[in-house]
Amino acid sequence: MSDAMTMVRRNVRHTRRNPVVVIMTIALPVFMLLLFVGIFGGALNIGLGAAVQGDDYIDYLVPGILLMAVGYGASQTAMAVNQDVTSGIISRFRTMRISRTSVLTGHVIVSTARTLVSSVLVVGVAVLLGYRPDAGVSEWLAAVGLVALFTLALTWLAVAVGLAAKSPEGTTPFLFAVQLLPFVSSAFVPPDSMSGAVRWFATHQPFTPIIDAMRALLLGTPVDNHGIVAVLWCVGLTVAGYGWARLLFRRDPVT
Amino acid sequence: MTRVPSGAAVEVTGLRKAFGDKVVLDGVDLEVASGTVFALLGPNGAGKTTAVRILSTLIRADGGQARVAGHDLVKEADEVRGAIGVTGQFSAVDDLLTGEENLVLMADLHHLGRAEGRRRTAELLDRFDLTDAARKVVSTYSGGMRRRLDLAMTLVGDPQVIFLDEPTTGLDPRSRRTMWETIRSLVASGVTIFLTTQYLDEADELADRIAVLDQGKVVAVGTAEELKRGLPGGHVRLRFADLTQVSAAAGLFQDATRDDDALTLEVPSDGGVRALRNLLDQLEREGIEVEDLSVHTPDLDDVFFALTGHPTAEKEAVR
Repeated sequence: MSDAMTMVRRNVRHTRRNPVVVIMTIALPVFMLLLFVGIFGGALNIGLGAAVQGDDYIDYLVPGILLMAVGYGASQTAMAVNQDVTSGIISRFRTMRISRTSVLTGHVIVSTARTLVSSVLVVGVAVLLGYRPDAGVSEWLAAVGLVALFTLALTWLAVAVGLAAKSPEGTTPFLFAVQLLPFVSSAFVPPDSMSGAVRWFATHQPFTPIIDAMRALLLGTPVDNHGIVAVLWCVGLTVAGYGWARLLFRRDPVT
Repeated sequence: MTRVPSGAAVEVTGLRKAFGDKVVLDGVDLEVASGTVFALLGPNGAGKTTAVRILSTLIRADGGQARVAGHDLVKEADEVRGAIGVTGQFSAVDDLLTGEENLVLMADLHHLGRAEGRRRTAELLDRFDLTDAARKVVSTYSGGMRRRLDLAMTLVGDPQVIFLDEPTTGLDPRSRRTMWETIRSLVASGVTIFLTTQYLDEADELADRIAVLDQGKVVAVGTAEELKRGLPGGHVRLRFADLTQVSAAAGLFQDATRDDDALTLEVPSDGGVRALRNLLDQLEREGIEVEDLSVHTPDLDDVFFALTGHPTAEKEAVR
């Protein structure tokens, strides 16, 4: 465990030395927020009408934007893990008598913490822009818990992607996936307003139940079964990401 | 600090490794005595790096057995890791940290404790001439500085056996000399060094024993002297003013090789004083004037050529 803490300190130093990572993790979602609230917001309010829960489009939008922030943070982790692999420092760690997976654990802990910090900042900006959630303390706690769980899931997946990729550029498909999937979900408009196969996909992909659960929690509306589906997706993705990462890490390194 | 050399630091029998259908190590046997420098010499692609990666527990062998620092490579991998240090061909340093932070990171991973970690870090920064750059981020370091930091990081854990994979490849001559001095001082303190190199002069300069690796097989092993002994290639090269002199001298030495264009004659010889005196006496008696004389003793290039039938990669591999 102390090795993992050493790795945590290492990753915290990386973050401090490279604040652009944190700024980008916040800047991109805030930009999306401004874009959709300021430019499309009016039209979407009229077009979607009653389908948009709550009074204002921003209340509908924030949970999806938050998950985009989480996705962006995770893709930074995929890059960082891959840099450790390609620079050879992971090879050094592997020849040392230390806890085998401490380097991965260090990445996951710091990435999760970093993403939670940027989530708080994104919510702060949203409130400045007029976001008015109606959640009580227990709803807030549940929402934070769900974001943390989703962050953990995406981060373990990111670690696996970082280990699997042959170069830092090789992790960009992950970035694309986590940035584009929200568009085909309930993040911006309800799937009901979409057509055919797109609607089916948007309804069944993991972002939608997680976003729906978050939205219900923060707006104080019934969560229904979105909550359990969301948690199951998060746990499933975490197990899959962790298992994949472990498998890749146990394999003999090629570089 | 000084350790009493006892037994073998590295023992390898029948080591095999293939990547797909490409056999990289084809039954390698090695033995390295404690407190000595051992050089694994071979051209690019001979399997040197693979051998180091296996012996440092980074990858698994397909077959064979190995003990490093007295521990079984597979069954006691953790004990092996606790006893070794590895500096690879391409520096494994953390680019985003400073030199000092890199060393502290290693100290923390070796659980040295805060005070001892600081002390060791300061000592190594000083020893490797990195004190001035200690607070600079490593991405700003030169190649030589990175290599020094890499080795310093390896030494934090006070390893008994150090693997150096091509420690001077790509270094300028001055940095190369510095690295050689460092390696010598390490051995003087009782550490065992297992190095790989494609430079014959490096093996000759540093190693107590040399194994020549070619296409996954050890083709010769011994001291530099042993490898050179009894090899063809030793000769005295005589240069003359004109062809008549060359012909006259060629009449004296039946086994010599003459080169009429260069006006030279290569007379096989061990290059010793006695042989030289005899040679010059014979020429003197016949009244043959020698313009120039040079003694050529076999070097490891000759060894390599004689053993493998092809020259080393030294000339082509300039990175």
